[in-house]
Amino acid sequence: MPQPRVYETEAVVIRKMNLGEADRLLTLYTSSLGKVRAVAKGVRRPRSKLGGNVELLTCSRLMLARGRNLDIITQSQTIDSFMAMKTDLQRTSWGLYVAELVDRFTPERQASRALFELLLKTLNRLAGDGVGETALRYFELHLLELAGYRPQLSRCPGCNTELPLSCRLSFSPVAGGLLCMRCRAGEPEVVSLSADAIRMLGRLQDSDGEDVLKTGLSQALNA
Amino acid sequence: MKSGFSSDGSPVSRLVEAFHKLPGIGPKVAQRLTYHLLRAPEEEARALAEAILDVKEKIRLCSRCFNITDIDPCTFCGDEGRDRTMVCVVEKPLDLLAVERVGKYKGLYHVLHGALAPNEGVGPEGLKVKELLARLQGSPVREVILATNTSLEGETTAMYLQRVLSPLGIRVTRLARGLPFGADLEYADDLTLSTAIEGRQPV
Repeated sequence: MPQPRVYETEAVVIRKMNLGEADRLLTLYTSSLGKVRAVAKGVRRPRSKLGGNVELLTCSRLMLARGRNLDIITQSQTIDSFMAMKTDLQRTSWGLYVAELVDRFTPERQASRALFELLLKTLNRLAGDGVGETALRYFELHLLELAGYRPQLSRCPGCNTELPLSCRLSFSPVAGGLLCMRCRAGEPEVVSLSADAIRMLGRLQDSDGEDVLKTGLSQALNA
Repeated sequence: MKSGFSSDGSPVSRLVEAFHKLPGIGPKVAQRLTYHLLRAPEEEARALAEAILDVKEKIRLCSRCFNITDIDPCTFCGDEGRDRTMVCVVEKPLDLLAVERVGKYKGLYHVLHGALAPNEGVGPEGLKVKELLARLQGSPVREVILATNTSLEGETTAMYLQRVLSPLGIRVTRLARGLPFGADLEYADDLTLSTAIEGRQPV
């Protein structure tokens, strides 16, 4: 069955690059197709009807026309521009960091509704008044999980033994999790994590993060 | 990229390739330009070659405003008739020309040569920010107009500049954002419309 020539989707602009005189090449993370690269024609002109709807870190409803190589954005309507995030220098840079991670972690045109929702949730949190850095840690952990690299925090990835709670352990990025004392010996590159840090990671990993977000990491640990 | 010529290093194919590297010039246009020059009188080709060398050799950045110029200080900084209490900060030399074309602004300029873009690895040290601060210290400047683009990068740059300039006690203003002339209200994006409502003026 031939694909329809135009399609509509929700998308967050995660990267942009100027193209030609007044066009822009955008990298979008869409709800229905995953990462898509598309051209926004004429957006750099002041009277462009796409204008602010396709600015970085803006979630919009877009109509796209399939092109030979790149799709072309034909209509746009902003859903959320995350204003509160963009008027704060620190939060804007966090937002750009999130966008960059999504761009680097995803192949083109591989849809993941879950990742799209994680992205929106994180941008909403950065635009809200919760603790921004906690939102970032939550995002990183869940991005890893969606990409297939969920860090193993309860069982040793080397020998599958259950790990002891409440003591310092070594995290190995190569093994993809916390190592037991025995497996740790052979691993050259490890990061030592405190029991509190491990507990916190576990909590972020297994919850929707709302409770921790309100108070921040250090307070949540003491609670 | 293929240019239709095999790159055999001959003068013709070298010129075709050189044209092809320019923005907006494809292989066909590169060939056409090359053949135009082949047939053109020698003076025309020589004038072009010299003009290209001249911009590379003579054009540099003004030591005060960092606009591109062949004399230092540039014509804007050297003009005694301009208002020395105002500095308009722009991203690129082309933006300066756009502001200048309007003819409404008679103050000085400062060219940043870019905007903050952490995703592309451009931080404040990649821009002429330090130079702006040094230039404002102890100067008669009373107002700095931030005329960066209204893109996310431009806005971020304006926010950053506002923060580093505030200790100097100079009035910092931002170009108004809102509806462009000749635009359809129904196509205005939410951000533009909301700043337009906030910045409304009595008529």
